[in-house]
Amino acid sequence: MLRLPRRLPRLSPPSSRLISSTAPKRSDALFIHRDTPYNNPEIAFKFDAQNLKRAQEIISHYPPQYKKAATIPLLDLGQRQNKGWTSISVMNYVAELLEMPPMRVYEVATFYTMFNREPIGTNFVQVCTTTPCMLRGSTDILNTTCAHLGGLKPGETTKDGKFTVIEVECQGACSNAPMMAVNDDFYEDLTPETTKKILDAFAKGEKPKPGPQSGRKTSENSAGLTALTTKPYGPGEFCQPEFQ
Amino acid sequence: MLRIVASASRPSSVSLLSVAHRRNLSSTSARQADITLTVDGKEVTVPQGSALIQACEAAGSPIPRFCYHDRLAIAGNCRMCLVEVARSPKPVASCAAPAMPGAVVFTNTPLVHEAREGVMEFLLSNHPLDCPICDQGGECDLQDQSIRYGSDRTRFHEIAGKRAVSNKDLGPIVKTSMNRCIQCTRCVRFANEVAGVEDLGTTGRGNDLQIGMYVEKMMDSELSGNVIDLCPVGALTSKPYAMQARPWELKTTESVDVLDALGSNIRVDSRGVQVMRVQPRTNDNVNEEWISDKTRYAYDGLRFQRLTTPLIKGPDNRFVTASWPDALAAIAAGLNQTGAKGNEIKAIAGHLADTETLVVLKDLINRLGSDNLASDLEGKYGNAPPVHGIDVRSNYSFNSTIAGVESADAILLVGTNPRHEAAVLNSRIRKSWLHTDLVVGMVGTRADTTYGFEHLGEDAKALEKFLSGKVKGEFAERWAQAKRPLIMVGSSMAEHADGEAVFGMLARYVAATGERIVREDWNGFNVLQRVASRPALYETGFVPSRAATSTTPKFIFLLNADEVDPASIPADAFVVYQGHHGDRGAALADVCLPGCAYTEKSSTWVNTEGRSQLGRAAVPPPGAAREDWKIVRALSEVLGVDLPYEDLVGVRDRMWAISPSLVRWDGLEGTSLEVAKAGLGSLMSNFYQTDVVSRASVTMAQCTRAFVTREKTSLEGLGKEPLQAHA
Repeated sequence: MLRLPRRLPRLSPPSSRLISSTAPKRSDALFIHRDTPYNNPEIAFKFDAQNLKRAQEIISHYPPQYKKAATIPLLDLGQRQNKGWTSISVMNYVAELLEMPPMRVYEVATFYTMFNREPIGTNFVQVCTTTPCMLRGSTDILNTTCAHLGGLKPGETTKDGKFTVIEVECQGACSNAPMMAVNDDFYEDLTPETTKKILDAFAKGEKPKPGPQSGRKTSENSAGLTALTTKPYGPGEFCQPEFQ
Repeated sequence: MLRIVASASRPSSVSLLSVAHRRNLSSTSARQADITLTVDGKEVTVPQGSALIQACEAAGSPIPRFCYHDRLAIAGNCRMCLVEVARSPKPVASCAAPAMPGAVVFTNTPLVHEAREGVMEFLLSNHPLDCPICDQGGECDLQDQSIRYGSDRTRFHEIAGKRAVSNKDLGPIVKTSMNRCIQCTRCVRFANEVAGVEDLGTTGRGNDLQIGMYVEKMMDSELSGNVIDLCPVGALTSKPYAMQARPWELKTTESVDVLDALGSNIRVDSRGVQVMRVQPRTNDNVNEEWISDKTRYAYDGLRFQRLTTPLIKGPDNRFVTASWPDALAAIAAGLNQTGAKGNEIKAIAGHLADTETLVVLKDLINRLGSDNLASDLEGKYGNAPPVHGIDVRSNYSFNSTIAGVESADAILLVGTNPRHEAAVLNSRIRKSWLHTDLVVGMVGTRADTTYGFEHLGEDAKALEKFLSGKVKGEFAERWAQAKRPLIMVGSSMAEHADGEAVFGMLARYVAATGERIVREDWNGFNVLQRVASRPALYETGFVPSRAATSTTPKFIFLLNADEVDPASIPADAFVVYQGHHGDRGAALADVCLPGCAYTEKSSTWVNTEGRSQLGRAAVPPPGAAREDWKIVRALSEVLGVDLPYEDLVGVRDRMWAISPSLVRWDGLEGTSLEVAKAGLGSLMSNFYQTDVVSRASVTMAQCTRAFVTREKTSLEGLGKEPLQAHA
């Protein structure tokens, strides 16, 4: 006969009790910088000749005493040159170039989520999961993406460094939902199959054609036009004879 | 984030919504009209451009606030100051809204109450309930205002808990507890605008917004302690004062700071016989609302290395404690034994000597037939009359006045780094530099001043070149056109080999420019003293005569003189040290007399502009220490030259006879327009340790390690053990 122990073990006993009863609330990114071997102020960063020329052109758009207005475009330029992420050295360099306190640049770089302050893979896959995309099945797309890249979680990079997947908020392509952005291009009207196809192409180093993957043109009605189906008027048609 | 600056933080020379300046975006001109509006049924008239919150204050309706501060730019992010304005669809943040003529404002309606309650609920939703262990408890704006304006319950029961933010290491002075932060950004605005340390900012966004430096860095500013006062919650508290006392246990005494020559107004908070903390007192003519970190934190030096009983050096060169009569008799015997006569009797006054004692000591030495009244200037310069002379007060004073610095339109710094020599004054220059088109030029060792300047050269030659008009450049051009040019000469110049040449050059220049620098409404020639006792020293004539300069002293009386050069004291001289710390001066002495520190006596202090202010005793002196002037008075009796005053009133009558301005406390006598005479490096290499009190202070030692020697050792753990100190 099976005897039950006098005290039933709890289903999920906590291994150790915490002093605080509140759970920590974690943000997806740290808003302080901690030196790491791959990200510290000692690593030099400088614009290459081409970007420097471009930077000077951007700076020239603004009055000299308001050079700091060029912070965002310059950070973007730096991010592009620095393999898609903004290291502390990039920020320091931009601050030096614009003659402003580094903290002012850090404030900008931490405020805008599109400045990646940690390294990312060669292909930066951003899957939109905001309401319209979600209604059109973005959960499937995200799951497919993560599973197809070897069981990643959003925010992680593949071991070969080729892909980083993140969930993002609305990218403004709701009429072609669901969508994802890979680097600078939008891939829209996705299904799990087309998603895999796109990811495979990127894995091979190709670049599939951006835009809707369902074959429709931009955001036209996928069932064909319901209005404006006839031939539009030409000049002079239906006019008085003297105007024809 | 930063918008127009509130009125009190604007330099006095600038009108509201000021005219176009190089550093300002707006180009609208000022219109200083008054406008009238109605607040809670009361008509009130305020200058145009005032914030609505100022109009409400003027009408006597208190408005709760967190982010708004008179002396900082307006941020408008805490939303606590919401008021109802007639015909406005929503409550209006009164700090960010300008007062409009004819506006009808209500601050006490159900809408306003509800708005305040709502804001409070949001602020508290992420604020930890750790008031019992929070150092701000009892003087916390959030605590007070939540009781006054908040609701007694919340609707937030977040499963995920409250926001957690990592603490930042801002150095040995500011302790952070960032969970408590409500992101009012007062500290950020202070650091950027006033202190000029543009390292503090906000990172992240939304709920994750946090205050910090992003990178790991300490707040390297001489004014960093002020963010503790500014913080409306317990996010930034004082590290040395952490867990030491509660505000309701403290006795407050209004006094004056003596660790620099600015005479910052302070409030000494004490418990029992210990000074627990020092806080600023508002005085718009001197320190506005700020004090430097040395002023604020050197107080723990008052507990260490104190002289508590009279000491007599025995035959084995060790000090033996003695009673007061024995010590005074030993001095009389010493004076007899050395046979010192006339100028061979010498007194040296140090940094922390108060005016009363200087007067009494001068009378005593004079009655003993000597004119040898030296001071502990660097090297041998204290043994001779100062190069700038003391006959005319404007030769050694800050004639433009401290507040007057803000109306200067060009400043020439000569051999001084105001950031270290007068940190609070430096913030005024920065304020003026930010809001007006002030230009600054500097002759002397290059320094980080927190504002831009044109470096004109290192030495007296460079100054000569500039004054003769041979330098081209923006500063020279603007200086030539300046309506209110200001020359600021560091007191170190009087202790420099080229000092005589520099003062001579400047005197000739000021005289040659006629009305430009010195005239009825503007005196632009300033000497910035860095030592509290010096203005009083010169005011009371505590300087050696020419004849005394060459005499070899046989009897030396050191009054708080710790910076004195040991080599300048002859080996066979009999030395008496009177002071409060066993530092360099006491080591040289044959007899030590324990005096009072500045928090233990009521005495007069004259600041660099010649303003005499009254310091007040906050705590009793330790052990057998006595008030300084009384010691000298008692000694005079033993030496057989009775001084003719019995009490403090008598001493102050004597001061009145010497210079009436010495006892016209808090007022400022204008100086005469006469300027008879008017690498230059600053002598202050370590801002944090300049005198006996700050050298004995643990906190100042930690600051020195953090900011001056920049040792990499962790500061954690230091200062955590309770410090064993007497008194």
